Amino acid sequence: MAITEEQLEEILAKYPSKLQKNRKKHIVINNADCGAQPIEANTRTAPGIITNRGCAYAGCKGVVLGPLKDMIHITHGPIGCAFYTWGARRNKAKSDDPTQNFINYCVSTDMQESDIVFGGEKKLAKVIDEVMENFHPKAITVSATCPVGLIGDDINAVAKAAEERHGIPVLAFSCEGYKGVSQSAGHHIANNGLMDRVIGAGDLEQASGKYPINILGEYNIGGDSWEIERILSDIGYQIVSVMTGDGSYEALKNAHVAELNLVQCHRSINYIAEMLEIKYGTPWLKVNFIGVKGTSDSLRNMAQYFGDPALIQRTEEVIAREVARIEPLMGQYKKVCEGKTAFCFVGGSRGHHYQGLFGELGIDTVLAGYEFAHRDDYEGREVIPDIKTDADSKNIPELHVEQDPNRFKLKLSPEKMAELKAKIPLSYYAGMHVDMKEGTIMVDDLNHYETEEFIKLLKPDIFASGIKDKYVVQKMGIPAKQIHSYDYSGPYAGFNGAVNFARDVSMGFASPTWNFIVPPWKEEPLLTGTVNEEGVA
Amino acid sequence: MLDATTKEIKERASGGVINPAKTCQPIGAMYAALGIHGCLPHSHGSQGCCSFHRMHLTRHFRDPIMASTSSFTEGASVFGGGANLKTAIKTIFQVYNPDIIAVHTTCLTETIGDDIPNIIKTSEIPEGKMVIHTNTPSYVGSHVTGFSNMTKSMVNYFAEATTPLKKEQVNIIPGFVNPGDMREIKRLTRLMNAPYIMFPDTSGVVDSPMTGEFQMYPKGGTTQPELIDTGNSKLTIALGRFASSDAAEQLDKKCKVPAVTLKAPIGIKATDALLMTLRRAFVSDVPYELEEERGQLVDIMTDTHFHFHGKKVAIFGDPDIVTGITEFVMSLGMIPVHVLTGTPGGAVGSVVGSFEEDIKELVDQAGLKANIKAAGDLFTLHQWIKNEPVDLLIGNTYGKYIARAEDLPFVRVGFPVMDRSVHSYMPIVGYRGAMRLIEMISGALLDRQDRDAADEDFELVM
Ligand code: SF4
Ligand code: SF4
Repeated sequence: MAITEEQLEEILAKYPSKLQKNRKKHIVINNADCGAQPIEANTRTAPGIITNRGCAYAGCKGVVLGPLKDMIHITHGPIGCAFYTWGARRNKAKSDDPTQNFINYCVSTDMQESDIVFGGEKKLAKVIDEVMENFHPKAITVSATCPVGLIGDDINAVAKAAEERHGIPVLAFSCEGYKGVSQSAGHHIANNGLMDRVIGAGDLEQASGKYPINILGEYNIGGDSWEIERILSDIGYQIVSVMTGDGSYEALKNAHVAELNLVQCHRSINYIAEMLEIKYGTPWLKVNFIGVKGTSDSLRNMAQYFGDPALIQRTEEVIAREVARIEPLMGQYKKVCEGKTAFCFVGGSRGHHYQGLFGELGIDTVLAGYEFAHRDDYEGREVIPDIKTDADSKNIPELHVEQDPNRFKLKLSPEKMAELKAKIPLSYYAGMHVDMKEGTIMVDDLNHYETEEFIKLLKPDIFASGIKDKYVVQKMGIPAKQIHSYDYSGPYAGFNGAVNFARDVSMGFASPTWNFIVPPWKEEPLLTGTVNEEGVA
Repeated sequence: MLDATTKEIKERASGGVINPAKTCQPIGAMYAALGIHGCLPHSHGSQGCCSFHRMHLTRHFRDPIMASTSSFTEGASVFGGGANLKTAIKTIFQVYNPDIIAVHTTCLTETIGDDIPNIIKTSEIPEGKMVIHTNTPSYVGSHVTGFSNMTKSMVNYFAEATTPLKKEQVNIIPGFVNPGDMREIKRLTRLMNAPYIMFPDTSGVVDSPMTGEFQMYPKGGTTQPELIDTGNSKLTIALGRFASSDAAEQLDKKCKVPAVTLKAPIGIKATDALLMTLRRAFVSDVPYELEEERGQLVDIMTDTHFHFHGKKVAIFGDPDIVTGITEFVMSLGMIPVHVLTGTPGGAVGSVVGSFEEDIKELVDQAGLKANIKAAGDLFTLHQWIKNEPVDLLIGNTYGKYIARAEDLPFVRVGFPVMDRSVHSYMPIVGYRGAMRLIEMISGALLDRQDRDAADEDFELVM
């Protein structure tokens, strides 16, 4: 079900002319002959457009920092920003010491007018003191919201003074919502802070177990990382830390001892992955634990990296066992899903990851895109040198790290590295275009208007996106699946997750509720209706 | 659950909040603006606020919440957002074609000090379309204040006294309640034979039916002619001081429409007060249908009083709702032990009175004592409960953490409720709403009794 350039022009014709040109660059019709076509991404959304995008604060505190359970995360700003990131993202966490699990807490300086006028530094300092007195956390983060930068509060100075007072790390993040063009800026800011202040702060020099790894860009939504950990532990890996789902300051500070970094959501965390490679010589491997094939491939690639025949064999055993177990279930759901089409529009990586799982269920993704991706997420990492940074991304500071004189260790010889790179995605991720068929569409920062228009044109059977467009789409009679929050289900990662996802998607198709949309009186003219003896028409 | 919360209360004087019982103004303004027919709320600020507000409203209502944003970048934050708003207005009318754009500000644009009326004046607005605005600095008040401010702006922008004599009609400002409540208040008013204009009115907007078609501007909402005509009504009834009285006062000032502020009609007394006000104003007697409903309610209250009499309850949420619930649970013979709102108690000079005084008066009258707090947070409420346990917790979804931590029966009321459905369709106002509250309260208490009963004490009839 392809779309033509003319149809696309027709949709865009509704926009003011400048916006027309702008949006055109964010939309690509995939064409196999062209390979990766350039797409514009990570640029500002036009004012007035109903976008799904959030802000830097959401990306920093909401996405990356929030899941770290043994830290208290203070939001410095008026109340709203903190309130909306309280328990709203389903990043689950459990702890052996529940008094040090703060995942269900929300702390805000709740700035008032006087704080805006006279500055909020003193209040922030007091709130930090109160947090210490009440909770004794191992570490604290402070995230700034929009007004903070404008009134010139120096949160770094407040944090530094608090560190001296309390003797624990207090990390400040200047992630004001107006920075950058989306959540993406906040991911980067959070990455820098964690790399700078947390990772490597522990004194472990070596991992205690075999095949020590970190899992980066995995936020344990709906318990995803617990399912991934189940599989990895079964194979024999030691998971040093997860960034940041069910993560902790305690684990993160020793993350430098891992021998390999797995990168699940590369959009939100590739910065740390790269810096870890530079600083400690630890390579990173792009993984995708969404879908049976994605999971199996990732496991095989990991085994290849370590190259231990026993590990490779164990990996195959686990894959074989798991696949045999879930195949009948998947087959059953596939019958419901086969031949259907999907739109897949999610944040930064899932817009790509879920296409594989849809494919395994026989569902073709005809339109996909990301809310806050960069060009490399569409076109592949090779495009990075060509990306021009504009004023909006220039204001996100780059953190420059160097080889750690004591802890840097080449994990593989350069030859071995080169050999592996040819076979597995080491320090590399492909763009989503590689998995999209001829004639399908990629749309960056898809907005409400385009959502409606593309749906009318392509009539997908399911729409995978977030909460803000879910009910818009369902009103049209099309099932909508939240891929950010999983509609409160999950896990969707790993082998068990694939089955859960298949079950939930099938449920969306099979639900009898769709049959009631049209009332019977709309289908029968009033005058021809006759009533027989039983009172039934 | 919440294992880091101690029983010992350490004084917190910073003004910071742990586990808030309020959120910020713009979400209230956005919700109010959805109660105007054909209106697109617009958030003037960076994208994040708008995204958060839409997310939260959507989770509460499980319906599309459409709103646009000025999408500030750092440049706009430094140089002002005039250009952003102008571009936004042009684009919105061209692409989304609402009748009205209702602009509200955010912390960012308030801090910069963007002059919204001036920007609107110099914007391109198509013939017959309108742009209205309200200021919603989140460092003042709460989401309830934002609702109140946008409602007041409706008066400022629309209300006109165009007839020499006031019309036999009443304006009803329902407050920050669910569309189900608004529908019920309208039903009561209709049954009282009083012609009315309700504003804002989100029924038919955020509880729109499934038709197989998406409508950007659903059927519901107060229409522009109705909003204008509010200036001609002979009376305004503001339901809830915090959410509604400012707009009513403004209407009095602007168009000489006398205003009365009543409690949100939650429970028997407050509903009686609403009907009595309408009865006097329209010299129209209460129809048997309503008298019957009231009688049924009293019948239920009496027949089941032993389900709830003497039970201790903690209540939190928005001030108008909490006041109503507190009064009603006392009518049931329950004892409010802790009563808290996150919303500050009414700004100096505003017509809004003190929440703490209101509640104190209620419990004093009954010769009771309670912990009462405005501008409080759920950390405080939790510590209170640890020190003085209760039998029941009533509040919004966020109460579920405390309910689990303290193993309390929990009734979800107010905004937001994100972990249960149907609540936005069903009223808690009026006599029927009171019946529903009783059903929820006694259901929660009796389920608990059942759960905890030994086999031999497990009752079939209760
Ligand atoms: S910046 Fe202000 S308006 Fe925006 S979400 Fe935060 S508190 Fe609310
Ligand atoms: S998967 Fe998407 S929503 Fe989740 S962290 Fe990555 S970019 Fe954000």
